[in-house]
Amino acid sequence: MQRCDYLLSQLDVLEAEAMHIFREVAAEFERPVLLFSGGKDSIVMLRLAQKAFWPAPIPFPVMHVDTGHNFPEVIEFRDRRVAEIGVRLVVASVQESIDSGRVVEERGRRASRNRLQTVTLLDAIEAHEFDAAFGGARRDEEKARAKERVVSFRDEFGQWDPKNQRPELWNLFNTRIRRGEHVRVFPLSNWTELDIWDYVRREELELPPIYFAHNRPVFERDGMLLADLPYANRGEDEPAFEATVRYRTVGDASCTGAVKSAAVTLEQVIEEIAATRITERGQTRADDRASEAAMEDRKKEGYF
Amino acid sequence: MAAQMDILRFATAGSVDDGKSTLIGRLLYDSKSIFEDQLESVERTSADRGEEYTNLALLTDGLRAEREQGITIDVAYRYFATPRRKFIIADTPGHIQYTRNMVTGASTADLAIILVDARKGILEQSRRHAFLTTLLQVPHLVVAVNKMDLVDYDRDTYERIVGEFTAFASKLEVTDLTFVPISALHGDNVVERSVNMPWYEGSSLLHHLEHVHIASDRNLIDVRFPVQYVIRPHASTDPELHDYRGYAGQVAGGVLKPGDEVVHLPSGLTTTITHIDGPHGPVEEAYAPMSVTLRLADDIDISRGDMIARPNNRPEAAQDLDAMVCWMTPNRAMSPRMKLMIKHTTRTAKAMVKDLHYRLDVNTLHRDDEATELGLNEIGRISLRVTQPLFVDDYGRNRLTGGFILIDEATNNTVAAGMITSTR
Repeated sequence: MQRCDYLLSQLDVLEAEAMHIFREVAAEFERPVLLFSGGKDSIVMLRLAQKAFWPAPIPFPVMHVDTGHNFPEVIEFRDRRVAEIGVRLVVASVQESIDSGRVVEERGRRASRNRLQTVTLLDAIEAHEFDAAFGGARRDEEKARAKERVVSFRDEFGQWDPKNQRPELWNLFNTRIRRGEHVRVFPLSNWTELDIWDYVRREELELPPIYFAHNRPVFERDGMLLADLPYANRGEDEPAFEATVRYRTVGDASCTGAVKSAAVTLEQVIEEIAATRITERGQTRADDRASEAAMEDRKKEGYF
Repeated sequence: MAAQMDILRFATAGSVDDGKSTLIGRLLYDSKSIFEDQLESVERTSADRGEEYTNLALLTDGLRAEREQGITIDVAYRYFATPRRKFIIADTPGHIQYTRNMVTGASTADLAIILVDARKGILEQSRRHAFLTTLLQVPHLVVAVNKMDLVDYDRDTYERIVGEFTAFASKLEVTDLTFVPISALHGDNVVERSVNMPWYEGSSLLHHLEHVHIASDRNLIDVRFPVQYVIRPHASTDPELHDYRGYAGQVAGGVLKPGDEVVHLPSGLTTTITHIDGPHGPVEEAYAPMSVTLRLADDIDISRGDMIARPNNRPEAAQDLDAMVCWMTPNRAMSPRMKLMIKHTTRTAKAMVKDLHYRLDVNTLHRDDEATELGLNEIGRISLRVTQPLFVDDYGRNRLTGGFILIDEATNNTVAAGMITSTR
């Protein structure tokens, strides 16, 4: 269909909005950083950042908050992608935070480093004097995130105060902060999970292989399939078995669940996502299941 | 095909009593945008509280304080799509103490839905919502007359409300006004045409949202390109890129093409666009809301905060502005002599409030000329003096070059939204 009425597709509008946000923040902050996990959202962010500044290189580094509980395929992908683009990678290590006594490892079978990441992230932001951190969070993901601003203020303790947020009007963003404070910036705020996948398809973006159906040893816990990796603390009563799975999100391997799937191509994955009746975080994130306000509470502390 | 979908942003105003949450819940549910785990979670919470019906407001009220108090305190953004369009809902609370939230939600909206309870008719808040919608120049207004089931789908009741609202709207600058009689609870005229109201000949609410023509709402006439970021790939080894100098930004108005003669403001120098680089490479045309990079024939000193326009169609370069403002902070009131920061397009400057002409009662539209200050959620007309020229249009002509925010330097908070009405 030929469009002669100056309409743009939804992906074009979302892309333009994200590029505007990247440029605005790069222009108004001294030391931005892009949080890069190797997951699909941060892969899309990296592409948008490239487009925003092309043909110049991306004018800020990327940072991975490394829980140590990784999928090896994702780390391999991260290093390769970063090298291809030629952007500087900063790794903030939760293990180092544990070793230095900044945080204490949780105990028990469900021990996770998810919550510990917040301290590591805030310490790294302070140490590198980052004043703006781009995150890939989307408002459709979770109800606390639905209320978050695109440019979201964090006080000197890295805390979010949901009841005291700056109004955001038109395409104007208030970027003023004091030394020691920072903002989190969410260029993908208005994207949905399906928009992300449509964009991955349109831009032919490479994803880590764990997003596609593959065989791996898994076990069941709390109705989720977890990878049988050493740090998942599989118990005697949790038998491991081989299953064909893919991941919908990439997070800490000890609390990110897989879904059974035979989708090996991007088209097949998109077909499954479009038909699913469960949200990605509800299906695959143990960290959100703690309570009705689990995400809000973690976000107030300074979580992603 | 999915790639041909466009986006409609709409704002909804109303309180829980109007059935706003039920309506949004129905739109999301019928478009399969509510997921099972979300619904289960809401059902569980509703049951825990002993509520008779599943409270769909819990879907949008995301913050702990909101759920505890059973109120919406902030703008919530929700998303759904049909094969024709992607929709972004800015769901805003309806009470007067949340006027600033409604102003925020309306600032980016293509369309606003005002909910009216068929039993109660037009209330003070309906008039307030209609006024705010027109103040923010939301191009399309839909009045959804809800709870038609509770008035036995009575045509006369509906026609009376239509008549009353139309009479009121004639005092406002409403460009496109549509009425739909609905029952959000039962789904009448929400997605499908209702069999209970054969006398209604219009389309269902969703059909209207899918088909309302929004392409002409943007200003495609006055070229406005606020320079956001200068792209210079310095240390490039590629000789092609060595001399690359591009001016990046989001088009705020008009259509730009390579070969067009343009003027740079504030210098007033004219030059020609040689290339326009879009997200996928060179483009032949750029228009709002595209984010592009312009390359120009002449080497002019251009930096962030400058404006590119057409030599015979320029925005006003103004240091004295008249504007309608909505005051948004509880911490201090706005009064004459107050010094603030103004952010307008990509330019930030200092500004002083020179005069408060009147405060507007948002319920009655009465102008209080004696007012000496504006408090939280109050709206008034002011004069501002800015330390450097801003390149502005009337808000009615262009929302992006006519809107601004005011920032309090002491707290760094955004304290006001402004709509330029004239320059002097």
